[in-house]
Amino acid sequence: MSVLEIKDLHVSVETDQGTKQILRGVNLTINEGEIHAIMGPNGSGKSTLAYTIAGHPKYHVESGSILLDGAEVLTMTVDARARAGLFLAMQYPVEIPGVTVTNFLRTAKTAIEGEAPPIRTWIKDVRQAMTNLRMDKTFAERNVNEGFSGGEKKRNEILQLELLKPKFAVLDETDSGLDVDALKIVSEGVNRAKANTGLGLLLITHYTRILRYIHPDFVHVFVNGKIAEQGGPELADRLEDEGYDRFLVPSNVG
Amino acid sequence: MSAASALSKSASKTVPESTTPTADSSTLPVGQHGIKEHSDGRFGYVPVQTRSARFKSVNVADFEAVTGREAVWKHSPVAKFTDLTAGALDGSRYTVESTPSADVSVEWVPRTDARIGTAGLPEERAAANAWSAFDEALAVTVSGEEAKEITVTRSGLGTIARGAHTIIEAKPFSQATVILHNTGDARLSENVEIILGESANLTVVSLQEWDDSAVHLANHFASVGRDARLKHVVVSLGGSIVRVNPSVRLAGPGSDTLLLGLYFADAGQHLEQQVYVFHDAPRSRSRVNYKGALQGQDARTVWIGDVLIGNKAAGTDSYEQNRNLVLSEGTRADSIPNLEIETGDIVGAGHASATGRFDDEQLFYLQSRGITEEEARRLVVRGFLTEVVQQIGSPELEARLQLAIEAELIGTDDK
Repeated sequence: MSVLEIKDLHVSVETDQGTKQILRGVNLTINEGEIHAIMGPNGSGKSTLAYTIAGHPKYHVESGSILLDGAEVLTMTVDARARAGLFLAMQYPVEIPGVTVTNFLRTAKTAIEGEAPPIRTWIKDVRQAMTNLRMDKTFAERNVNEGFSGGEKKRNEILQLELLKPKFAVLDETDSGLDVDALKIVSEGVNRAKANTGLGLLLITHYTRILRYIHPDFVHVFVNGKIAEQGGPELADRLEDEGYDRFLVPSNVG
Repeated sequence: MSAASALSKSASKTVPESTTPTADSSTLPVGQHGIKEHSDGRFGYVPVQTRSARFKSVNVADFEAVTGREAVWKHSPVAKFTDLTAGALDGSRYTVESTPSADVSVEWVPRTDARIGTAGLPEERAAANAWSAFDEALAVTVSGEEAKEITVTRSGLGTIARGAHTIIEAKPFSQATVILHNTGDARLSENVEIILGESANLTVVSLQEWDDSAVHLANHFASVGRDARLKHVVVSLGGSIVRVNPSVRLAGPGSDTLLLGLYFADAGQHLEQQVYVFHDAPRSRSRVNYKGALQGQDARTVWIGDVLIGNKAAGTDSYEQNRNLVLSEGTRADSIPNLEIETGDIVGAGHASATGRFDDEQLFYLQSRGITEEEARRLVVRGFLTEVVQQIGSPELEARLQLAIEAELIGTDDK
């Protein structure tokens, strides 16, 4: 059974005002098949955690460790992390000019598997996954994210999640900017991926809305760069009622 | 830069002032608010706005010495090829290899050949210098209605400064693809005349795979007859300075042209193309699509696209676009579309230009899906340029170009 462990992670970022500390000792263990929701107010460091796991060069790890089945992730290149089984569904996926969705998916799948997928089954898989996400066939020939609406970009992220079959996926604010219909479609995709591969999920969100469709096993409240409180799904309900105020009063003064 | 401002700027420099229709400021109504001489002293000066009115001559002495400030030269490193603009050029025969093809003849013809000068005339000094210098012209004459492909290769031009002239004629109703393949070293200024008879269907590919030190200045002049179709492709990959300027006159009603360009500039390379389409007949159609990639310190590209829709050209349809993909720091891409319309009765006329960069966020996105950095670059560049490659219509050449683009990417990775 796979396990992703984050141990005492401290991360900073360079800004115009100098080095800014963002993560201040994050500890989190996710087992295969578990869904963890990380909830927190804006600026609490949720996205930094997501991008640090994926290896974005902007974030500087000062100390701590991220282990995937015991192997240190922090020393791996970005692409090596993906090949090891990590996936990040981004909040703002970028446009890739000149690269069609079809070409991109095949290249990514080939990179991750180490060999090209058998053509016949692959085309069938892609078509099926697109149909499931209510994506029009013409998507396949469009350039990645170019001219996509917000909802289309998010669906394209989940399409990749379903096809690349990672061991662990981080979903960074996947619910933001989605109307209720798109939110349902995207959530179905995530649930389908979990049912098919049993992956572990780290669901990063500001709102509890997506948790109506993707049911977390654990909820962590993220405040000021670390986990302030954790519990089961009931914690999300409490946040829905009370908001983040009770966490913010003591810790957000400076 | 807006089309209008670009055009007036460039046109004003190329035409002698004496021929410009000048409004005399002394005849202006007095007393009207705001009417007064501008402080720049140019009030009343109306530059000739028409691209077709540029000064033309086959005689090099009719052109002033090149300073680099002229509209046609201002983007080019003129100091690096004074031998071609100011020196004596060797206009003798050179070695040409061509693949044999029925209904296509390749031969040397004298300067007195009736076709010379029928497709266009030089508008700048290097072209006139070549025109003055050539002893004989290389003539590629296509007949026969069956489709065929011929490759004309020049590989041994050497480092001597040369002037050359080529004629490519497609007889009425003929059909062919002519590939001009340039390799080896060269210091060459040349004119290529392309003449399409009625209903001819001709593809001309000028493929520059020169050695790193080569300098190549070319002007292509095409005249497209009634219902004829010209596909013109400029592929510039190798060479130090490569400047290929295609100029197409849609001379017959219903004539049609597709002008494609593909270029990949790496460190220190200057690749330039000044494209000009003149709609001079009704119901003519043009499409221009040039795409380039830049990678490495001082990689430099220039694209100027002029489209002139003349007053005889009712019912025309035109569109031009240029796209550049910047792959690294230290590069520069100029992209200047100009559109000039003398008749309101047109189907369509448009232009587009965009220069974008392959940046760290795109790289991160692709890498986060398991794709290595090298593969990510290849994916983006290949995807970007493939649109043009696929329109060439010669499967063998298309396959070769895909490999050549890969080689460019790998070659520049080392630098």
